[in-house]
Amino acid sequence: MLYREAGDFKTSYRDDSQTFPIRFDRFAYYVLLAVAFLVVPFVINDYWVNAVLMPFLIYAIAALGLNVLTGYAGQVSLGTGGFMAVGAYACYKLMTAFPDVNIFFHVIIAGGITALVGLLFGLPSLRIKGFYLAVATLAAQFFLVWLFNRVPWFYNNSASGQISAPERSVFGIKVTGPETEAWATYLFCLIFVVASAWIVRNLTRGSTGRRWMAIRDMDIAAEIIGVNPLGAKLSAFAVSSFFVGIAGALFFSVYLGAVEVGEAFGIQKSFLVLFMIIIGGLGSIFGSFAGAAFMVLMPVLLKNSLVGGLGWPTDLAAHLEFMIVGGLILFFLIVEPHGLAALWKVAKEKLRLWPFPH
Amino acid sequence: MKMKLATLALGAAIAATPALAELTFTALSYRTGPYAANGIPFADGYEDYFTLLNERDGGIGGEKVELIECETGYNTEKGVECYESTKGQGALVYQPLSTGITYQLIPKATADGIPVHSMGYGRTSAKNGEVFNWIFNYPANYWDGASVAIKYLLEENGGSLEGKKIALVYHNSAYGKEPIRTLEELSAKHGYELMTLPVDHPGQEQKSQWLQIRREKPDYTLMWGWGVMNQVAIQEAVNIRYPMENFIGIWWSGSENDVLPAGEGADGYKALTFHNVGSDYPLFDDIQQYVVDAGMAAGAGDQIGTALYNRGLYAAMLAAEAAKTAQEMHDTAALAPAQMRDGMENLVMTEAKMADLGLPNFGPEFEVSCQNHGGEGYAAVAQWDANAESWSLITDYMQSDQDVLQPLIDEDSSAYAAEAGIEAGCM
Repeated sequence: MLYREAGDFKTSYRDDSQTFPIRFDRFAYYVLLAVAFLVVPFVINDYWVNAVLMPFLIYAIAALGLNVLTGYAGQVSLGTGGFMAVGAYACYKLMTAFPDVNIFFHVIIAGGITALVGLLFGLPSLRIKGFYLAVATLAAQFFLVWLFNRVPWFYNNSASGQISAPERSVFGIKVTGPETEAWATYLFCLIFVVASAWIVRNLTRGSTGRRWMAIRDMDIAAEIIGVNPLGAKLSAFAVSSFFVGIAGALFFSVYLGAVEVGEAFGIQKSFLVLFMIIIGGLGSIFGSFAGAAFMVLMPVLLKNSLVGGLGWPTDLAAHLEFMIVGGLILFFLIVEPHGLAALWKVAKEKLRLWPFPH
Repeated sequence: MKMKLATLALGAAIAATPALAELTFTALSYRTGPYAANGIPFADGYEDYFTLLNERDGGIGGEKVELIECETGYNTEKGVECYESTKGQGALVYQPLSTGITYQLIPKATADGIPVHSMGYGRTSAKNGEVFNWIFNYPANYWDGASVAIKYLLEENGGSLEGKKIALVYHNSAYGKEPIRTLEELSAKHGYELMTLPVDHPGQEQKSQWLQIRREKPDYTLMWGWGVMNQVAIQEAVNIRYPMENFIGIWWSGSENDVLPAGEGADGYKALTFHNVGSDYPLFDDIQQYVVDAGMAAGAGDQIGTALYNRGLYAAMLAAEAAKTAQEMHDTAALAPAQMRDGMENLVMTEAKMADLGLPNFGPEFEVSCQNHGGEGYAAVAQWDANAESWSLITDYMQSDQDVLQPLIDEDSSAYAAEAGIEAGCM
């Protein structure tokens, strides 16, 4: 009933292979975009942006980036935190070195720099696979964090080793620093999210994505049918790091405003993003969003309902939060090992047939 | 999407709770995570003092105190969430008990016009109130701590540290890096050799650092640690038989939790402090009567009189005194954050005032002004007695070397002012 596909015919190949082939889906997507761009900015306040929406949007970009590498190209990476740190520090250096340049470009260039670093750390993937590659990327994680802690040039010799985002604006509207408006930072991140998702979607359904997936499914077979593993693996590393770098740059400049590399971009961040794509669904755009939403919003929701709603002590709530989120992760992965995206797909199939399942 | 909607609906319901006409204080505490052992006593002390004021005096100046607690887990992201969720509820002052979160809040709280009191932590140069109008760090800061430690060692060595080697074991974060500049300056002045040994979060692995200390044999070791790092460091020092009386921790490395695991071996360990130790004060009788016996003690109620409990209590006491000052200044019982700021800026702590509160000789006397948000920088040295399981002050309050510190503070705060585009001046 919900999905009325009657009369939804495709007469061209182009129509048939579009991202949302079902009219209802497409419509829902446009409505979602319209609400996100035209309604939400007018109703949100600081709390919603800084505690809920911004972390969700930024982690969604990071999850998209990691999904390119791990979900589509099959290369396990534990270096996400380190690459986010590259994005953040690149953005900081650019912001302080070229204060007059639009922050948009800083974020994008920071992504580009991260792509180069990712390329470098992707080189071992040409020889090693699976768990061994995970360990090699783990080295990247520790090395990068150590580097940003060790070399004072990266944090402009500040006494504490902290980097703080100075005030920067886009067309006169402040998006970093303390005096920002909630809607401005939200829209700034949203634009990056929509653009990233759009780019990743189109990359993954084109020839580049097919090469990545061929490598993921069986690299020897892929090589035999003519996929160049060097190009495929390194491009996956570069594209993935680009988005992870953008996420890191936004995480530092727009969201937190001041970070300390060990605390903000430690190994736990790598795991967090990895869990997001595992729970959300490997190799799925929707999964990246679902995973980010689950890992970011669930703790906030639980905290608000347990402490704010029920008035429980904060420590009890914090402990319960760990248990409930952990339990839910187990539950979802047992019910659907391929993540929330697969769960959503099954639900959608059911809805298409509902209420006449036969 | 459904989940997101549920979150929205629920959060909206919570955000809609009206602000009450009370004095709202916030406790960004951490009772979970790797730093919980230290976060719990501080949070308990902070909460108990306000409970006492409510129960005994009916609040501050006739206004009840409402304390909103928010769990940060010493994590900056959760700290941001806590700040955003509590600032709308009329919070008067923030005391995040985390240098990382303090750095986060300095620009945010300044923009929102809410004072931050980072007591003995946070950004040291916030002492310059002309640049950091909304940030306070009285009665002492990290640089004071470093300077007092060196001053104490000077006294021990008859006024000269020439040729001595001093090691600094520090938490490799903004917090731990704070004293390095000062110690370097002081090393140039007093001629000791400084050796720095970073320990990464959370600090459970320190074998290599202590191996280095064992090899280099520094005459004295200073420590800037927090949480589990302290316990491990003291245990490692015991393991390499480092003389405990030559091992001095900053005030955040001087709680019972830090020394008890090392047992007998920790006997003689020293730590700085800017307030007194123990529970032998008239105020503690009131806490027993009005808070503990009434069954309203925070947490498990087993921390009363510990070093960090006293510090939480001291922080709450200073906040309450600032609120009283603000009430007198503005002739109103209900306060706004801006009025609270005025109260903090004009806070005067005297011995008579502390004795009146039932805390005679509990902390140093100091006076806050627009130019000086950091007090006079007095700190004392406490020593651990493993047999009695108690701390005792072994020196009087000593003032830090202002000749060295003031130029550093001016330099750092003017650098911040230039970076953030702040025009220095009083409000």
